[in-house]
Amino acid sequence: MGKLVSKIPDGPLRNKWTNYKSSVKLVSPANKKKLEIIVIGTGLSGAGASSSLGELGYNVKTFCYQDSPRRAHSVAAQGGINAAKNYQNDGDSTFRLFYDMIKGGDFRAREANVYRAAEVSNQVIDHYTALGVPFARDYGGTLDTRSFGGVQVSRTFYSKGQTGQQCLLGVYSSLNRQIKKGNVTMYPRREMLDLVLIDGKARGIIARNLVTGEIERHSAHAVVLATGGYGTIYFLSTLAVNSNASAVWKAHKKGAFFANPSFIQIHPTSVPQLNEFQAKLTLMSESLRNDGRIWVPKLKGDKRPGNEIPEEERDYYLERRYPAFGNLVPRDVASRAAKERCDAGYGIGDTGLAVNLDFRDAIKKQGKKAIEEKYGNLFNMYKTITGIDSYIEPMQIYPAGHYTMGGLWVDYELMTTIPGLYAIGEANFSDHGANRLGASSLMQCSGDGYFILPVTIGNYLSEEIKVPKITTDKPEFEETEKIVVERLNKFLSIKGRQNAASFHKRLGKIMWDYCGMVRNEEGLKKALGLVRELRDEFWKDLNVPGDSNMVNQELEKAGRVADYFELSELLITDALNRKESCGAHFREEYQTPDGEALRNDEEFAYVAAWEYGGEGKPHILNKEDLKFEEVELKVRSYK
Amino acid sequence: MKLTLRIWRQKNATAKGNFETYQMDNVSPRMAFLEMLDALNKKLVEEDKDPVAFDHDCREGICGSCGMFINGHPHGPVPAITTCHLSMRFFKDGDTIWIEPWRAKPFPVIKDLIVDRKAFDTIMIAGGFISVNAGAAPEANSILVPKTKSDMAFDTAICIGCGACVAACKNASAMLFVSAKISQYALLPQGRVEAKERVRKMVEKMDEAGFGNCSNTGACEAECPKEIKLVDIARLRREFIKAF
Amino acid sequence: MSKILFSSITKKLVMALAGLFLLTFLPVHLFINLMLLKSDPGPFNTAAHFMATFPLIRIMEIVLFVAIFVHISWGIFIQIKNWLARPVGYVSANKSETSFFSRFMIWTGATILTFFVLHWFNFYFIKIGLVPGNAEDFYSVAHKLFKIPAYDIIYLTCFAILGFHLYHAFFSAFQTIGLSTSFWSPVLKVIATIYAIVIPACFALILITLWLFR
Repeated sequence: MGKLVSKIPDGPLRNKWTNYKSSVKLVSPANKKKLEIIVIGTGLSGAGASSSLGELGYNVKTFCYQDSPRRAHSVAAQGGINAAKNYQNDGDSTFRLFYDMIKGGDFRAREANVYRAAEVSNQVIDHYTALGVPFARDYGGTLDTRSFGGVQVSRTFYSKGQTGQQCLLGVYSSLNRQIKKGNVTMYPRREMLDLVLIDGKARGIIARNLVTGEIERHSAHAVVLATGGYGTIYFLSTLAVNSNASAVWKAHKKGAFFANPSFIQIHPTSVPQLNEFQAKLTLMSESLRNDGRIWVPKLKGDKRPGNEIPEEERDYYLERRYPAFGNLVPRDVASRAAKERCDAGYGIGDTGLAVNLDFRDAIKKQGKKAIEEKYGNLFNMYKTITGIDSYIEPMQIYPAGHYTMGGLWVDYELMTTIPGLYAIGEANFSDHGANRLGASSLMQCSGDGYFILPVTIGNYLSEEIKVPKITTDKPEFEETEKIVVERLNKFLSIKGRQNAASFHKRLGKIMWDYCGMVRNEEGLKKALGLVRELRDEFWKDLNVPGDSNMVNQELEKAGRVADYFELSELLITDALNRKESCGAHFREEYQTPDGEALRNDEEFAYVAAWEYGGEGKPHILNKEDLKFEEVELKVRSYK
Repeated sequence: MKLTLRIWRQKNATAKGNFETYQMDNVSPRMAFLEMLDALNKKLVEEDKDPVAFDHDCREGICGSCGMFINGHPHGPVPAITTCHLSMRFFKDGDTIWIEPWRAKPFPVIKDLIVDRKAFDTIMIAGGFISVNAGAAPEANSILVPKTKSDMAFDTAICIGCGACVAACKNASAMLFVSAKISQYALLPQGRVEAKERVRKMVEKMDEAGFGNCSNTGACEAECPKEIKLVDIARLRREFIKAF
Repeated sequence: MSKILFSSITKKLVMALAGLFLLTFLPVHLFINLMLLKSDPGPFNTAAHFMATFPLIRIMEIVLFVAIFVHISWGIFIQIKNWLARPVGYVSANKSETSFFSRFMIWTGATILTFFVLHWFNFYFIKIGLVPGNAEDFYSVAHKLFKIPAYDIIYLTCFAILGFHLYHAFFSAFQTIGLSTSFWSPVLKVIATIYAIVIPACFALILITLWLFR
C-alpha cells in the first residue's frame, strides 16, 4: 500500500482543484521550449493534451497508428457530452454531476478526481463551442441539452448522434493549429511498441513506422499515454477493430500499475452478431431506450417474427423487473437482464442471442414522424447493416463490450506509478469507478486532455528543466529496441497456420463467456486455463506472412493479440479477486435473492492496482483504499 | 454465394501493381464487405500468402479510414455509405467484383488498397481550425447561433475525410472535402473572424497537393457517404471571392 | 495576392465569367439570325453592317474575342491539369452518377471551336478582309451556305453539341461564381435546361424553316 501515493490535495472537495492550481509548480515559457513531451493517441484526450501543451509552448511529439489523427475512436461516440452548466434550470450543479458519477460508478471511483472532472466540464463545453463544434441549439440560438440514462437532469450536450465525431474534429482542429505553429510534430501510422525508462523515469518510446516497418526511437522528458480502452479484448465490441491495449500493457510491464482491469462496461444496445466473420458490433445509441420497449417472447424458442407475436405473449422483462426505471435502467443492469433472458432460452434471432427493441407503441402514440426526427439516422444505420426496417419490425439488439473503466493507475496528477509517465482519458482508471454513465466519457477525456494534464504535468517537468534534450543513443534505447525487434522476429518465425485474428476471436469468446457480463469463480478459473492453453497454441501455430520492413497488418495484429493474452490473465485475476458484485462486475456468487448486485464495501472499497511481477510470475496486488468524505455509500436501486 | 474478386495488389509505393483473381465460396449475404475481405485474408494467411492490405478501423462508417473503388464506385454501388457498411446482400451469386484503391496523384498507393491521404491533413493544418487556446473561450451561451445556421454547419461538419469525393471525381478534385470544412466555419460566427485567411490557405494547399479542378459534375456529391452537397462547393467559391 | 490570382478557383472563375459573357452574346446573334427568315436581305445586312461598324459593338467585339480566347485557353489548361491529377486511372469504368454532359465539356467545347473556325472563314474573315467575299451581303452568303447539304448537317450537329455544352455550362458557371445555393441550385438547373434547348433550337429552326419553306 505504501507504493500508491494518490497525491490528493488537502482541503474540502470543492476547493481541491483550485488549491492545487494555485500552488502547483510552474515551468517558465523559456524553459517550456526546452522540454519535450510524447503523446500517444489522438482521441479527445490525446489530441486535446497535445494541442493544450503546444499552446503552452512545450515541444510535443504526437503519435497515432491511424493514417490521420482524425480517425481516433473517440470519433464513434454517439450520444453526447455532459456538463454541469445547468442551462435547463433543473437544479444541476458540479456537485450533482459529481454525485451522479460516483453513484453511477457504484462507489468505486476516487472522489477528488471525479469532482475535478465535473468541475472542468463547463470549460470543456465553452472550449468546444469556441472551436466551432456544432452542438444542437434551440431556436433562440442557445445550446440545447438532452437527458441521458441514470440521471434526473438534462445536462447532455449533443450533435445529433455524432457528438464524438464533432468533438474529435474539434480537438483535431486545435491539434492542427499547433502542428502549423510547429509546437506539435505529428507522427501518424506509428505504433508504440515499448516504453523506454532511463533511471526509472519515462524518457521515450520505441515505435514502428507502419509504412516502412522501420523501428524508430523517440525521446522526451515525459510520456503521455492516451491510447483508449481495451474493450476489443472480447474481439467483438463496439470499439474500432484496431483499438488495442499494447501501449498501456507495455507500460504496465515496465512498472505502471494496472487498476481495476476487470471493470468493463457492456453496452446493452448494439446490433447483434450476424455472421461468423463479423468483425465488430455496432452500437445503437442508448437514447433509443427512451422510446423503445425491450422484450422477448414468453414462449421459449418462439421463431415467429417479432411483429406477429401478440401483446400477451411478450415479456417486457425490464419493465417487469424494474418498474421504477423500466427500460431506462443503467447500462450494466440492462445488459445483464438481456443475457439472463437469452441464457434462459428466450432469445430471438438465428443465434438466440438477441432481444427485441420495439418502437411499435411509440410510433402508435407519437407518430412515425416524431420517431423519425429523433432517431432517423439510427434507424437508417440499423437498416444499412441488417436490412431490417425498424419502423415496421422491432430492432434486434444484444449487449456488447464497450468501455473499460479500468486502466493504468494514476494519481491525482494523472501520473502512473512510473515517474514521468501519464495516462489520460479511457487509458486511465480514475473517474468512472465500476460503471460509466452515458456521456461522461467525452467529458472526462476532454477535461483530462485540455485542462487537467497540461497543469499537472508542469509539476513534474518543473524538476526536469535542467535535463538536456535526451538523446536516443543511450543504452536503454538500444536495449529496448533490441527486445522489440526480437519479438517482431519471433512472430515472423513461428510460421504456423493460423492468422492472429483467429486467435483473437477465440480469446474473445473465452473472455466474453467467462469474464463478460456475468462471472463466477469456477468459470473464471476455467477461463484462466483456456487462455493459457490458447496462448501456447498462439506461440506455436501463428502465421505472419511477409516481413517486418513493409506494411504488414498481420504483424501489427499479432503484437496486439499477444498482449491481449497477457492482459486477459490479469483481467481474470482481478475478477477473481473482487469477491463482490459492483457496477459492471457481476459475480454470480454475490447477488441478492432477486438477482441484483451485492456490493461489499467492508472488504472491497478499494482500487485494485496490479503490479507486474515479472515474466511468468503472479501479479502483485496493491490496494488504494477509497475514502468517501462527501458522499454516503448507498445501494444502487432502480426498482 | 460464390464470388470472383479482382483485387489490385501492389507490394509498395514503388512496385508495379497488378490485379489478382480470388475465388470466394460461401460468402454469406449477412457479411459486411470488409468481413468478406477478412475471410479472404484468413484463407491467404493459412496458405502462407500475403494478405490484402486495406485501411479500416471503426467499421461503423464514421472514422473515414476505409475506402476502396468497388465496381466503378467509391465505397461500392450503394449510395451514402462507407465501404465498411456495405453489406454483401447487395451482390449476387456469381458476381465478379473489381476492387481498386483510390486513384489520384495526391493519394499515392502505399500498399494494395491503402493510399496515403496525407494531403487532406496538410490542407486542414493550413487553416482548418479556429484560433482559440484552451482556457480562452467565452461562456458557451454568449455566442448565439441561429438554429438553422447551426444545423447547416452540422450537415457539412460531418465529413469523415475518407477521400471518396476525390476518388469519384474525374479530375480527382478535393473541392468537396475543402468546402465541407470551409462551410462549417463560414456558417458559424466563431469561424467568421479568420474566414478570409482560412479559405486562402486551405485552397493554396489544396492546389499545391495536385488535386484537379472542379468541373461541377456532381460525382462527389453522388458518392459522398455523408451526403455533403455541391452547393457547399459554391459556398467555398463565395468565401474565396470574398477573400480577394 | 498572387497566389489567389493563380489559384484553381480563380482560374475556373475567370473561365466561368468569360463563358457567361459568351452566353449573353448568343441571344444577340440569334436575334440577328432571325432576320434571315425575311425574304428581304435588307434588315439582316443592316444589322450585320451595324454590328461591324458601331463603335460600342466594335469594343464589345474585342471583349468577345478576349472572352473566347480566355474561355478556350483556360479551359484547355485546366483540363490538362485535371488529367494530370489522376496519372493512373481505374480499370473499372467510373459509374458515379453525374450530370452526363459535364463529362465531355472539353470535347463538346473542341467541336464548337472547330465550328467557330469554319464560321469565321465564312463570315468574319471576309469582313476583316482576310478572305475574299462581299462583306456587305452576308444575307446571301448565309443563304448560299444553307443550300449546301453537308454544311447543314455540320451546322445542325454543331448546334446540338452546343446545346449539350450549354446545358452544363450555364449551371456550372453560376456554381463556379458561387451563386448556387440550396434554393437557387434547382432553379438554375431549370433555367439552364431551357436556355440550352431554346437557344440552339432556334438557331437550328431558322435553318429548318428556310429548308421547308424556301
